[in-house]
Amino acid sequence: MKRPFAARLVAVLLLTALLAACEREDRPLRSSPVLSGGREEIALSTNAPGPGAPTEYKTGTRGEYEKNAFHVSQGKKLYTWYNCSGCHANGGGGSGPALMDDVWIYGSAIENIAASIREGRPNGMPTFRGKIPEDQIWQIAAYVRALGGFVASDVASSRHDEMRSHEGESRLPSPPARTSSQPGLAHPK
Amino acid sequence: MRGGLRVTGGMAAAWLLSACSGPQSALDPQGPHADNLARLFWIFTVISAVIWLAVMVVLVLGLARRVPNRLDPLALEPRAERRSLVVVGGAVVATALTVIALTALSYFSQRKLFARENPGVTVKVTGYQWWWDVRYESESPDRTFTTANEIYVPVGVPVTVKLTGYDVIHSFWVPSLTGKQDLIPGQDNEIQFVASRPGVYRGQCAEFCGWQHAHMGMFVVALPRPEFEAWAEAQRTPAARPEDAEGQKGAELFVSKACVMCHTIRGTSAGSRVGPDLTHFASRKSIASATLPMSRGNIAAWVVDPQGIKPGVNMPNVSIAADELDPLVSYLAGLR
Repeated sequence: MKRPFAARLVAVLLLTALLAACEREDRPLRSSPVLSGGREEIALSTNAPGPGAPTEYKTGTRGEYEKNAFHVSQGKKLYTWYNCSGCHANGGGGSGPALMDDVWIYGSAIENIAASIREGRPNGMPTFRGKIPEDQIWQIAAYVRALGGFVASDVASSRHDEMRSHEGESRLPSPPARTSSQPGLAHPK
Repeated sequence: MRGGLRVTGGMAAAWLLSACSGPQSALDPQGPHADNLARLFWIFTVISAVIWLAVMVVLVLGLARRVPNRLDPLALEPRAERRSLVVVGGAVVATALTVIALTALSYFSQRKLFARENPGVTVKVTGYQWWWDVRYESESPDRTFTTANEIYVPVGVPVTVKLTGYDVIHSFWVPSLTGKQDLIPGQDNEIQFVASRPGVYRGQCAEFCGWQHAHMGMFVVALPRPEFEAWAEAQRTPAARPEDAEGQKGAELFVSKACVMCHTIRGTSAGSRVGPDLTHFASRKSIASATLPMSRGNIAAWVVDPQGIKPGVNMPNVSIAADELDPLVSYLAGLR
């Protein structure tokens, strides 16, 4: 007896779909030896002489960190371990600025946040260059993006490791559309 | 031929039993608590084996027995009836007695296991993914100290181990000395054991706790009391400053690199509590929670590529220049 071709095709497609579900995402544990912060060039001001926007160079490859739930949750753990919470609390801010509002003094793009962690910023933000491995800086930056509501809800954590009064980052509202990834929004009004 | 078979069988049994001894074996007890458990194990095993054999014998006899051809299958045979009543009744009574006896035995064993004596030493063990933080408590705070992945105990003295978890549930198990007890975040558990003989016993996390659960081992080292006190006194001192130039360069590297973000070395500015305390790191028997034996080569391998040796471990691969590795390893190997 010969089965109809369509039935076979459906079976094969179903099996392929099932197998595809086995691999949700990779957990890259060993950082790439060529990973370095030097290749990203960001502007910390929206002002540039002459017409046009400031010149920046972003490789665009760092976006993978905020699309990967493993990286975001590692960043969340390191955020506490490296005492980011000492100044920024759980995103609400303290002696450091809040990270879950829509004010981004030095820009909200992941490259800008990573640069702020790596280089430090005036008035208190220490530089973590050499103290935090480069891939962990990107993981923390991805988590800060999640605090800002920029990360997809299936990537951001839905729960905390310890008891807290509010829900995980996956429930945070997305930032309003007017927010630009450009810096200079510290005094928007 | 029969003799040869017997010799081979005897040798195989001896070989199998020899696998039961060693530094991590519940069948090679080295203290009263483990003795208790081993005795319970053997009693249960022997009784169960005898019952199993008896059942098998009855089964084989029943299968082999020829059933007599009876003229009238419905006719009552009072003698046979009485006999089977006695046999079945006897079996029921024997089963009930066995169950009651074994239950009572395990109840009294457990009472002994959970009986608490005044501890000579109190240790607080916190389980992390995937290592053990070990804190020796004392009434005066300056006599407390922290180490990792190793518990030194004096011989013949009750040791109380307070157990808690940092991230997920782990389980404390040193088969040669005691049974298991869980380390649960937010809950304080306690277990007590005595080591009767000096020796090094291996322990293992016994509750699946993530990727490197199998590489979450530890050593319990039992020493005579004076040697234990000498060890504890040495652990209480801060790390000595290295005397050679290479070691000093390594010490500077340690506090200027990512190491300082997680580790404590008492006596230096490194004071983070996220990773194991490294003050007397090189005096330990192993690296990375009983994953690698302590040696200069293994320290270098671990520092350069922890993710290759123990994938998923919380220690990241840190970029270390070629001329930085030797000083760093010299410094770590000198932390005795």
